[in-house]
Amino acid sequence: MILFQAQDLSVRFGGIRAVDAVSFDVRQGEVFSIIGPNGAGKTTIFNLISRIYNSTSGKLIFEGKEISHTPAWQIAGLGIARTFQNIELFPNATLLQNLLIGRHCHSRAGFVSQLAFLPSVRKTELAHREKVEDVIAFLGLQRYRNALIANLPYGVRKVVELGRALCIEPKLLLLDEPSSGLNVEETEGMGFWIEDIKKDLRITVIMVEHDMALVNQVSDRVMALNYGKVLALGTPQEVKTHPEVVKAYLGAEVAA
Amino acid sequence: MRYLFRTQYQQDIALFRHNGDRFWYGLLVLLVLAAPAILGEFYIGELGAVFIFAIAGVGLMLLVGYTGLISLGHAAFLGIGAYVNAVLLAQGVPFLVTLPVAGLFTALCGAAIGRPTLRMSGLYLAIATLAFGSIVGTVFQKWTAVTGGFDGFAVPTPTIFGVAVEGATGIYYVSLAVLVFVLWVSANLLRSPAGRAMVAIRDSEVSAQSMGIHLAWYKTLVFAISAGMTGLAGALFAHYVRYLAPDAFDVLLSVQFVTIVFVGGLGSLRGAIFGAIFVRLLPQLIAIVRDDLPFGIGRLPGLEPSLFGLALVLVILFQPAGLNGMWLKMKTWFQAFPFKRQASFRRQKSYAKSERLR
Repeated sequence: MILFQAQDLSVRFGGIRAVDAVSFDVRQGEVFSIIGPNGAGKTTIFNLISRIYNSTSGKLIFEGKEISHTPAWQIAGLGIARTFQNIELFPNATLLQNLLIGRHCHSRAGFVSQLAFLPSVRKTELAHREKVEDVIAFLGLQRYRNALIANLPYGVRKVVELGRALCIEPKLLLLDEPSSGLNVEETEGMGFWIEDIKKDLRITVIMVEHDMALVNQVSDRVMALNYGKVLALGTPQEVKTHPEVVKAYLGAEVAA
Repeated sequence: MRYLFRTQYQQDIALFRHNGDRFWYGLLVLLVLAAPAILGEFYIGELGAVFIFAIAGVGLMLLVGYTGLISLGHAAFLGIGAYVNAVLLAQGVPFLVTLPVAGLFTALCGAAIGRPTLRMSGLYLAIATLAFGSIVGTVFQKWTAVTGGFDGFAVPTPTIFGVAVEGATGIYYVSLAVLVFVLWVSANLLRSPAGRAMVAIRDSEVSAQSMGIHLAWYKTLVFAISAGMTGLAGALFAHYVRYLAPDAFDVLLSVQFVTIVFVGGLGSLRGAIFGAIFVRLLPQLIAIVRDDLPFGIGRLPGLEPSLFGLALVLVILFQPAGLNGMWLKMKTWFQAFPFKRQASFRRQKSYAKSERLR
């Protein structure tokens, strides 16, 4: 079953075609990786899906519904969560608060009842806390629970951002370079979590990644981009040996 | 040193962290309630003014300290609250109606100004709110039919259930009640989803949006709440000054409010109270030492505003967490005595600045 589809997606910034007629579809339950050299348009695709950028043309379809014109703040409510390449956590809040903000799209409490903190609000707050604790247990973040994000090491922040996205309880998870800035060990850990997210939580993942070992470890299918265009799409093995991809990365003709 | 042992999630969303807090805040409330029996009329009047400024300070704290939006026009909101309350009272509307109406009407004004200025941030928002402040100030001066223009008018004495709220003590108790209410509402807000949304907007708009937070809605909302609280303070302020004239609500007053928030300590309700105490006490201190200062410094015009400015600059440079930060450090020092370490309070430098999407 197809969960997400991009049809002829294009965006232009001035004269630059950052994404040029890109089409792909993501199946329910798979890990779909996007690779490509710097400036290939990978993160731009993420910003298009999370509606931070408007596409120049093309369609985004999620669960059979077009979301090309949905406002950015409604995307999380539909079940699409994302992380950011450079970590966009809320640094002056605690880890717990950060994860609770991930629950925001699930809170239905009226504004006046929040001002008075009515028992109904208290009840839903406790329910949110339970969910957040599940995520904390899943990612093993217990010891940092009440720490300020600004005081946490980079590797932990990366995991917290993943946790915050999981708190949305998404159907589709967009991971923008989950391994960037992590050491070998942490990258390996990230790989296991992505596998767990796929197998245990049954969340579909689209991942932008440079670390080919991680891509090979977790991906079901890989799409290679260069200059905003699709070079190849297929299993990790197929894409890795695709002549166009090798050319884009090594900048040379394939030896015969 | 007290270590909190948490056994229930409830404990993390409770208003008071533990019984120690309950005891000390209870004692503080008792002291404040008993103050009029101990202190003289003048001190009660000044303490009442501290409460009024603290109400406005809490309102501005929600906007500046928690949502990261700046406003240099809060004196206008104070003025709107003051005039609505006084004008309605003069029409014979009871005080228990005019007070909330003043708050609600000012909140609407706040939403109206918040909505178009949403796309601005930082300096641009400061300029826009500054302009709003002077526009409202001009309206107070020119709309003589309602405000009495420069001549102003005397504010009628309010009555609650037939009892006249007279003198410093009456206003003192009403201000105290409103302050407690405003603090309760703010604390509730900060522990619910809306409060977390505010913090999220302050720290990263782009990721707040990706978490499903509607930026425009929450910014307008916070502007409205902040203005509404300042309007309530304004209604009380009218009774504190007893005679309303438009020149009371100038830019300097807005700067005083900003001083409350920064000197008190950004991102803390307690800080707003500390800030209000500071801002009301400083002029009194100046008045006391004025005549003893050498070289005629005490008689220089503009001494007070320049000292406010100096305090603001010094706090931002050397004590970014404000008076509240100093308070927390002092508390930690006593709790850890004699084990305070040099590094405990050293400011951490962060080198991992991310490139933010704007």
